[in-house]
Amino acid sequence: MSAAAASTTSAATTKAHSVVESSSRGKWLAGLLVVAYALITLIPLVWILATSLKSPPDSISYPPKVIFEPSMEGYVNLFTTRSRQTEEYIENLGPAETWYDEIVRKRNMVIVGPSRFLDRYMNSVVIGFGSTFLAVFLGTLAAYGFSRFKVPLKDDLLFFILSTRMMPPIAVAIPIYLMYRELGLSDTALGMILLYTAVNVSLSVWLLKGFMDEIPREYEEAAVVDGYTRLQAFWKVVLPQARAGIAATAIFCLIFAWNEYAFALLLTSGNAQTAPPFIPIIIGEGGLDWPAVAAGTTLFLLPIVFFTVLLRNQLLRGITFGAVRK
Amino acid sequence: MRRFGACLAAAALSVTAVTAMSTQEVQAQDKELTLCWAAWDPANALAQLGKDFTAETGIEMNYEFVPWTNFADRFINELNSGGKLCDLLIGDSQWIGGSATYGHYVKLNDFFEKEGISMDDFAPATVHAYSTWPKGTPNYWALPAMGDALGWVYRKDWFARPELREEFKAKYGHELEVPKNWNEVKNIGEFFQGREIDGKTVYGLGIYTERGSEGITMGVTSAMYSWGFEYENPDKPYDMPGYVNSPEAVEALEFYKSLYDCCTPPGHSDAYMVANLDAYKSGQVAMQMNWFAFFPGIAKDEDVGGDKSGFFVNPAQKVAASTLGGQGISVVAYSDKKDMALEYIKWFAKSDVQKKWWSLGGYSCHVDVLNDPNFPNTAPFAGDFLKAMDGVKDFWQEPTYAELLQAMQKRVHDYVVAGNGTAQEALDKLVVDWTEVFEDDGKL
Amino acid sequence: MTDQSSDSSADGLTGQVAQNVAKATPAAVVRKVRGLSDRAIAWLFISPTIFLLLAINIFPLIWTVYLSFTNYRANRPGRPIEWVGTRNYERLLGNEDIWGYLQATAHFVVWTMIIQVIIGLGLALLINRNFKGASFWTTVILIPMMLSPAVVGTFWTYLYQPQTGIFSYIINLFVSVGPIDMIGSVDLAPWSIIIVDTWMWTPYIMLLCLAGLRSIPDYLYEAAEIDRANAWQKFWYITLPRIMPFLMLAVLFRGIENFKMFDMVVELTSGGPGSTTEVASINLKREAFEKWRTGYSSAFAVILFVTVFGLGNIYVKALNKVKQ
Repeated sequence: MSAAAASTTSAATTKAHSVVESSSRGKWLAGLLVVAYALITLIPLVWILATSLKSPPDSISYPPKVIFEPSMEGYVNLFTTRSRQTEEYIENLGPAETWYDEIVRKRNMVIVGPSRFLDRYMNSVVIGFGSTFLAVFLGTLAAYGFSRFKVPLKDDLLFFILSTRMMPPIAVAIPIYLMYRELGLSDTALGMILLYTAVNVSLSVWLLKGFMDEIPREYEEAAVVDGYTRLQAFWKVVLPQARAGIAATAIFCLIFAWNEYAFALLLTSGNAQTAPPFIPIIIGEGGLDWPAVAAGTTLFLLPIVFFTVLLRNQLLRGITFGAVRK
Repeated sequence: MRRFGACLAAAALSVTAVTAMSTQEVQAQDKELTLCWAAWDPANALAQLGKDFTAETGIEMNYEFVPWTNFADRFINELNSGGKLCDLLIGDSQWIGGSATYGHYVKLNDFFEKEGISMDDFAPATVHAYSTWPKGTPNYWALPAMGDALGWVYRKDWFARPELREEFKAKYGHELEVPKNWNEVKNIGEFFQGREIDGKTVYGLGIYTERGSEGITMGVTSAMYSWGFEYENPDKPYDMPGYVNSPEAVEALEFYKSLYDCCTPPGHSDAYMVANLDAYKSGQVAMQMNWFAFFPGIAKDEDVGGDKSGFFVNPAQKVAASTLGGQGISVVAYSDKKDMALEYIKWFAKSDVQKKWWSLGGYSCHVDVLNDPNFPNTAPFAGDFLKAMDGVKDFWQEPTYAELLQAMQKRVHDYVVAGNGTAQEALDKLVVDWTEVFEDDGKL
Repeated sequence: MTDQSSDSSADGLTGQVAQNVAKATPAAVVRKVRGLSDRAIAWLFISPTIFLLLAINIFPLIWTVYLSFTNYRANRPGRPIEWVGTRNYERLLGNEDIWGYLQATAHFVVWTMIIQVIIGLGLALLINRNFKGASFWTTVILIPMMLSPAVVGTFWTYLYQPQTGIFSYIINLFVSVGPIDMIGSVDLAPWSIIIVDTWMWTPYIMLLCLAGLRSIPDYLYEAAEIDRANAWQKFWYITLPRIMPFLMLAVLFRGIENFKMFDMVVELTSGGPGSTTEVASINLKREAFEKWRTGYSSAFAVILFVTVFGLGNIYVKALNKVKQ
């Protein structure tokens, strides 16, 4: 997750490496221990998934139920708002039209409308992808600039870019709050995109500069000799070479923006609120509805787990930049 | 890699989509109002009631309901940012000082006069608590919307079991009945703590212990008020030493800690309304303190509703008093649709709307509802509600209320839950904290 | 994350990083290619980023410093802003509660680092043995660190429920101690946040250790083999010194992140019981966005910033010594 670490570890890249020989029994034992740790790590995640499929009474049973009858109630509760009614009222409604109506009615409730979850989730998507795109776009340009040109005060500028990540987010939020209030950017997707872009761009510049430095400049120079302008060479030669680095950077920016909580909590409200400040406050009628919270958590974490597994090589590259180079 | 190209393209599109969406929203908002409140039973009832308003006026109602633990944070932040999210806000009683002073709410006097809405139609205690600032002057910033106070719920079915009643009487020398004072509350709590009932271990009491917002303060003050607690010298405003840390206050705080230590379920260290409800509805506790607002829901609950639950007013120790809850409805000064919002208030103030509001589970403050001789019979808790509202006391409603509240949250949670120091020290420190706040504000 | 702690790039981490970059790439020869247009392109490419950072990072930072000398309150728009000199700072430093919050923060940072380094290093050593399926299980271990700390914190409150939660249940399968109240007990609450942070972030330390391990050339071990060094000696004289820089960097980044920690802790314990787990950021949020003491909390923000900066700098000096 850190550019400087990434760059430092790239020192490792030039050294050839093969694993120290170890006995097959040692290997077997090592594997066992690692797998045991991984399984312990998985327990909370599996429990989240399991809870999302429990009925509310099952979710608060004592001792905790490991085997239970799956129910979609958590997901129904996540996406709807409901109102409690008397039994007579519900009997007079006639038969339930849909499966989710039926689930809700068993609890003496009727669905009164959709919940805000989908809005918040979409905000997360828009703000996450929007800021990632901008941060990677700006970062690519700046990284190329720093990598290839003699920029006055280069080291100072690079340090300045990095130092912007040292403040606690709450400390940053104080002036941003005042500034956005004046500019009318409070609680807007645009405001959040700009803010996340600013936070991510320092990471983006650092990671991408490392990647750009690795691309031999002879390629561009050859292109320039062939009659390309600098910009054309950048577009047609450097960018395609940097694709893997851009991808790795994009994932990190996206993960940050997707997971961010403090700014979203303080700077957004009804319009631009993202999912992280919303999920903790999902409540059912008159009770903290754990299956609904778990359902929201599952849907929110799923894309990230998916990305992690699917793009693990780029992720590893990003974190330990080049250390695990093919 | 192609996947990434697609992602980035999608991102670029989404940025443009945001701009497009926001312009669309502006157009769609023509005949719409947004009402902001807490997410709880009464809010659902209000949403149901609001359908009549839409039918009458063609104005669509949107709702932004936020859970209590985030309620103050979110909406005070919203007001301070001059946000346009809420046209109407049902804000907590303690906010009125700040909202009036800093101009977050529209002053309603002229509007009331023009529309012939009289504050005499609402119970005086509610007008005083939810509408006026400075306190007790005829300057109205809200219409009393939801009366509320802190009350108690108990398991009537458990209390009725002969074997338990007998054992209880033998042990404590009084009947297992609705407690008449806090000592009896503690006896009952102790009695049920760890007891097996129907094969399940149950516990004594659900009391408020929440740290983050206002929970533990609301719980602790309900004990302190019963011991005769005063915030300040009645003759000299803001004179707190000897009042806030009076021997009675210390005794009440100590008593509240002893309740926390003896009679709450495991892990009840950060509990507010929802946690108490959970503990009660799942059959974990014999009694809970909670707002009257939840009582209609409890009476209808599929597990503990009907005859299984009984209700009572906050028990007196030295005086009869209850912690005030409840809210007034205000028009937000930053709204672009103040006229429509006022129209809603005008509609909401009508006698028949107020009657329907009560029937749906909202606590109307209208005299036509409360003074109806039949009112105490309309619900098992209606009579208790009237009794409670007779003796309500509220936390500071000063513009600096949030600072005062945060200080108290810290001091009492440090003592009651974390067990640091003594009750006397906690309240002494509280006096210092509060004095500093009032000095900063220029009131001392 | 990418925080650096030196104001002079030559002897600080930045310089060191730059050296490493240079080491990793063919010696960078700056060539002059077609003068003017290059310069234009350079500024064209760099200036948007600099401009954005000036607007959203630097300008607000300066504003914070200014506000820290005033009595400004963001919830009182009409009130004139008064210059109060260093009063906010005096108040902060004279406030004994502040030291409590900083202690809670330090306890959290120190213990998470110690535990995560031990487990992370151990895991890295194990994974480095390249058993079958190592890559898959490494990925599995990585998952928690990609997740949202706030959402994870919320869910852990459920896992920690003394009666209905799985944490207490599993512990009781091994040792019968009855319901464990992790969040409500003064003694256990600080450990409840350390456990969750360890669950999330040990993989990060592990990854950097792994990178360090893979940078050690085999001939060192081969030489040790010839000298008949035992496994412990190999670890102590070859492995540890070689991965130390990586480990220390990992600790630097995680340490700074945990010093700033807000989201996971606020959702898990909200600072309770009492103020047991009220880390600096949580108190800062209460002062700034609940009490709205903007000037005072700006001063607190500046103090925290300077603390991170100062501690980071000392740490980097130590790191450079280790590298030599």
